[in-house]
Amino acid sequence: MSIIEANNLTKYYGKARGIVDVSFNVEEGEIFGFIGPNGAGKSTTIRLFCSLIYPTSGEAKIFGKDAIKHGPEIRQDIGYLPSEVFYYEGMKVLELLKYSASFYKKDCTERIYELSDLMELDLKRRIDDLSYGNKKKVGIVQGLLHRPRLLLLDEPTSGLDPLMQKKFYKLIREENKRGVTVFLSSHILGVVQKMCSRVAIIKEGSIVDIQDVRTLQRDNYKKIHVVADEIDEKGFDVPGVIKLEKENGAVNFFYKGDINLITKLISEKKISDVTIEAPTLEEIFIHYYE
Amino acid sequence: MNIYKHEFKSYLKSVGIWSVSIFLIILIYLSAISSISADIQTLNEVLASFPEEFLIAFGMTDMDFSSILGMYGLAFLFCQICLAIQASNYGFSLVSIEERELTADFLLAKPIGRGKILTAKLLAAIASLTITNLVVWVSSFLVINMLNDGQPYETKSLILLLLSIVVFQMFFLAVGVLISLLMKRVRSVTPLSMALAFGMYVISAFGSMLGEDTIEVISPFKHFEPNFIIKNAAYDMPLALISVITILVAIPASYLLYSKRNIHTAV
Repeated sequence: MSIIEANNLTKYYGKARGIVDVSFNVEEGEIFGFIGPNGAGKSTTIRLFCSLIYPTSGEAKIFGKDAIKHGPEIRQDIGYLPSEVFYYEGMKVLELLKYSASFYKKDCTERIYELSDLMELDLKRRIDDLSYGNKKKVGIVQGLLHRPRLLLLDEPTSGLDPLMQKKFYKLIREENKRGVTVFLSSHILGVVQKMCSRVAIIKEGSIVDIQDVRTLQRDNYKKIHVVADEIDEKGFDVPGVIKLEKENGAVNFFYKGDINLITKLISEKKISDVTIEAPTLEEIFIHYYE
Repeated sequence: MNIYKHEFKSYLKSVGIWSVSIFLIILIYLSAISSISADIQTLNEVLASFPEEFLIAFGMTDMDFSSILGMYGLAFLFCQICLAIQASNYGFSLVSIEERELTADFLLAKPIGRGKILTAKLLAAIASLTITNLVVWVSSFLVINMLNDGQPYETKSLILLLLSIVVFQMFFLAVGVLISLLMKRVRSVTPLSMALAFGMYVISAFGSMLGEDTIEVISPFKHFEPNFIIKNAAYDMPLALISVITILVAIPASYLLYSKRNIHTAV
């Protein structure tokens, strides 16, 4: 069963575009990446899943149920971490987490302490005394304390230091191993590359591509770097080669096609070094946004 | 229940401040008026020297300073202004505070429907207003009996006057919620609640002066004019019903608007 089904979701804010005709499915147990620049419609999509906003047309189904009609029931099993976190300023961290827990049908006390311990969150402090990073930690604990089946993470690590980011992603992986489905929106490709099995790319409100991360890297361009004392880059200008450029006695290019052809071509030249590697997602996706 | 508790707690401080202020208003106004009115002759001369517009504006035209209730009517009018501001404050901020302080993302992503959230919030606001209401009852009886030297007065009028508070508060609460939901974003509550409360007061006070008889029927200050209730020991029923009907329209309309509302982000 698909955990998330977005069917032709469209959202306009008055005349301003939110998202247009967005469709995709997220399967159970997946970590699904959602990537795009700021303002592309990532948050809009997630907010539609939580029924914080309502679609202009189209529908979203979570756990096979309509996100609006069965909203409260669905949200029992959703953990949502907004990109910008704001909580009741006068409350202490523990009070807020307990208030958050009071909405769910299970006892979450133990999990609150477990998660706060892990994220090194001081439960006794007041919300308005917390730094942005610490507020984000409150958000993380708040989103996970009820052991949700689906996690909606909107730019989850902005504001967290690298050490905490690492801990956070480890935590998310563990949750995923327990069977939790994760929807991870980010504009940082490296994160998605490390975490996700599939990724959807959104640009100006529309999905431009949905790909398996591994096939994407395997069946895609290879990044080739050739070093030689005297080399003419024009020698590599064959079909399948793009972004051919020469700098400091080295030639860089991307190649897609029969790998034997290009290795043969390289072997014909007198070179001192060669590297052939899979490109990063960043390099793969960059052409979507040019 | 959890939302109700959370909300109610957040009102406590404000309820305390409003209640104390209203008690002081009743105490100070009533003792001041009653000490002046000991000499009715002088008071009438003083009043006569004021321009008529001034008297109308402050609800002092039909005043009967020979009885304690006549004097109480003026104190109650100031009470009404306070109650109107308080109820409007709660009404305008009821839902909008979550959007202004951006906590709506937290609350509305919880497994609870919008209708239940609004109900819990309304009940918490009503409970808080009721505490203030009770304080008005207690302070009124206390101060009147303190100043009246055991002389009899028309209890029925007083009770009718005090009973009107519930509807009066509900009017401003409900209208406040409705207006806040009609607005795309409520940036600041105080100017709005001041405008609503004083606006209604001015419409009632100056309506007759301007010769615009029709407009004052929208104001609860007119619907529950203290002098009328005290004099007749009855409500001006058709007018009072306008308040009731407004409430009965504004609340379901608010539920409808809230259930369809889009919650915007920080930007």
